[in-house]
Amino acid sequence: MPDLNKIDKIIKSYENTRTPLIYILKDVQKEYGLLSDEILTRVAKKTAIPLSEIYGVATFYSLFTTTAKGKHIVRCCNNAPCHVKGSKEVLDHIKSYLGVETGETTADGSFTLEFTSCLGLCAVAPVMMVDNEVYGNLTPEKAVAILKDYKMKGTSNA
Amino acid sequence: MDNVTLTIDGRKVTVPAGTSVLDAAEQVQVNIPRLCHHPDLPPVSACRLCVVEIKGDRLLRTACSWKASEGMEVTTNSKVVRESRKIAMELLLSRHPMRCTECVRNGSCELRAVADQLGIREISFEYRERKGSLDTSSLAVVRDPSKCILCRRCVQTCTMVQSVSALGMESRGYDVWVDTPFGKGLGDVACVACGQCIDRCPVGALYENSHIQRVWDALDNPNLHVVVQTAPAVRAAIGEEFGMPAGSLVTDKLVAGLRRLGFDKVFDTDFTADLTILEEGYELLGRIKNGGTLPLLTSCSPGWINFIEHFYPQLLPHVSSCKSPQQMFGALAKTYYAEKSGVNPENIYVVSIMPCTAKKYESDRAEMSSSGFRDVDAVLTTREAATMMKQIGINLPDLPNEDYDAPLGISTGAAVIFGNTGGVMEAALRTVYEVVTKKPLDNVEIKAVRGMEGVREAEVDLDGLKVRAAVANGLANARQLMEKIVAGEANYHFIEIMACPGGCIGGGGQPVPTSLEIRKKRAEAIYKADRGIKIRKSHENPAVQQLYKEFLGEPNSHKAHDLLHTHYKEKTPYTA
Ligand code: SF4
Ligand code: SF4
Ligand code: SF4
Ligand code: FES
Ligand code: FES
Repeated sequence: MPDLNKIDKIIKSYENTRTPLIYILKDVQKEYGLLSDEILTRVAKKTAIPLSEIYGVATFYSLFTTTAKGKHIVRCCNNAPCHVKGSKEVLDHIKSYLGVETGETTADGSFTLEFTSCLGLCAVAPVMMVDNEVYGNLTPEKAVAILKDYKMKGTSNA
Repeated sequence: MDNVTLTIDGRKVTVPAGTSVLDAAEQVQVNIPRLCHHPDLPPVSACRLCVVEIKGDRLLRTACSWKASEGMEVTTNSKVVRESRKIAMELLLSRHPMRCTECVRNGSCELRAVADQLGIREISFEYRERKGSLDTSSLAVVRDPSKCILCRRCVQTCTMVQSVSALGMESRGYDVWVDTPFGKGLGDVACVACGQCIDRCPVGALYENSHIQRVWDALDNPNLHVVVQTAPAVRAAIGEEFGMPAGSLVTDKLVAGLRRLGFDKVFDTDFTADLTILEEGYELLGRIKNGGTLPLLTSCSPGWINFIEHFYPQLLPHVSSCKSPQQMFGALAKTYYAEKSGVNPENIYVVSIMPCTAKKYESDRAEMSSSGFRDVDAVLTTREAATMMKQIGINLPDLPNEDYDAPLGISTGAAVIFGNTGGVMEAALRTVYEVVTKKPLDNVEIKAVRGMEGVREAEVDLDGLKVRAAVANGLANARQLMEKIVAGEANYHFIEIMACPGGCIGGGGQPVPTSLEIRKKRAEAIYKADRGIKIRKSHENPAVQQLYKEFLGEPNSHKAHDLLHTHYKEKTPYTA
């Protein structure tokens, strides 16, 4: 469990700022890498701002993350050209294989599923990225097979 | 206040400055469609169904938030307005699952009504499911995010009316959704179970955790003796579920309807409301005499109890130890009534009809079973009770008038006013006055504590003993009073708090819709009920007097403490 006392110091440093929440969250995220439940609860306690409001701000700005990311980041393109070539079906299969919705991380921490907009690879649509690798001409089966490979590699490395 | 004159669709109308275009339009009989706007809440302009054209303005404006001004020329029905509304509606519908036949709001859905008003016959966009799954973690409130139309009324209600902030708006743009922090269940966060969000939701995205099946199972079980109690506020509202106007008082028909559902005895929570006045009145006098913790805070509203446990646990010593009338009733049904009727308490099943969703939570508390049996086995909201009657083909307005059963159905006018904000205070003062002064109270109507303002104060002279009283309804108003106590500025003896605006008549289990106007009409029906009862002071209730004589001894006796009093838990604002 991280040392939460630094949060109190950060909050104190914005004592005289009129709307300090965003600054506080920025510094806290820099310090801890993410804005987890226990971290934001501490911010709520110390600022007396309702947790739901803080969580709303933390999820509003994409520079904040509220959940730990998985080992691999899977980004599926959802722009029109990929959509026309069946990206929705691919995404549905990935979702059911991983058991998560977009924006979520698998329970074992191996994958985080995200959307991305056009990667400029529409010629080989539908497209997904896993970490920094691009995969095109996907079918639902192909996409799931690729993720299975990552998973296998993950376990053999461990 | 200044007036302004404007033109709406060519018709001149004069309204007070500050009136919205939406309200001004009603003056010229134009009903502008709306989904996010609610009369209890400030406008948020989220749905854009209420757009209108304003001369000289390039953009369409939302009538709910746009103020009428002098000389303004508004068009509410041009082609561009109609088309814009239609697209806004189709976009909403394209993300809505349309499972109307299995939806709790099938008969009262604002989305359906507005779709009908706009004459929607097809949806040009492909259906896309909304994020989030059914949340059944709360004992009181179920949330189905797939039906949410993002009107934000629940968030505003929870935040501004109740100052609880269990719900918030998360993320943004296309991904925006309503949720609890970190997507936990409502049962896992500091939701006080008040159900106010349900009352304002336009669709079936929020509803009570239903006990209908439980109750049918009990009624169908030949070994059970099933008794029912009705809270004061139910009789002033359930008629609305059957199309009667707000303010219809239907006590006797309610009794008839419940009897037809098959309950073995139809009793009244008003009986234990009278009892509460004696227990709590003596507690108050005891604290005043013996220098106990003051002000004394009432304890009959379980949403309020949840609130103080979560947000002001340091003030719990102020709270009366009295169980709520619902729980007192259950405890007595399984002891006193069991003895009197010769029914084995194991076979007695207690159902309550409540204007409240927090009562479901309360009935499930482990400490609510001091008799050795669970006080209350099932809690139906006013809405659920109406649903059950409809299920067996009952139309309430058609029923004959019937009377409650004795003895737990005998009550006074002081009990029925528990349904209104200020009612517990008024009932307590009626009794405390006579107990203290030993003189009859001539005018029982203590108007100083009546009304719909969020916080009210009064000082009542009891023959020299001055009782300083305060009343709050709605939890944001309760919070104001709590802050005063914390700051040491609350110079009161007795404070009545009801979690819901208007008190129980505006409860989270009452018929939808709600508004100040509707709540005022229900409150008037409650006062009418009080005037219609001969005995109007709790201590004069003969059945309560008999109960003390035969069973409890005297108010705050050892036995009364065992059965009718309770204790509270310290909680945090962040977890359940
Ligand atoms: S909320 Fe309204 S439109 Fe949606 S399923 Fe229920 S009744 Fe139908
Ligand atoms: S039940 Fe009350 S506290 Fe809970 S989410 Fe609804 S409005 Fe908020
Ligand atoms: S849950 Fe109901 S009240 Fe809340 S935003 Fe959704 S539709 Fe509106
Ligand atoms: S639309 Fe998917 S890569 Fe261009
Ligand atoms: S009612 Fe005006 S924007 Fe929704």
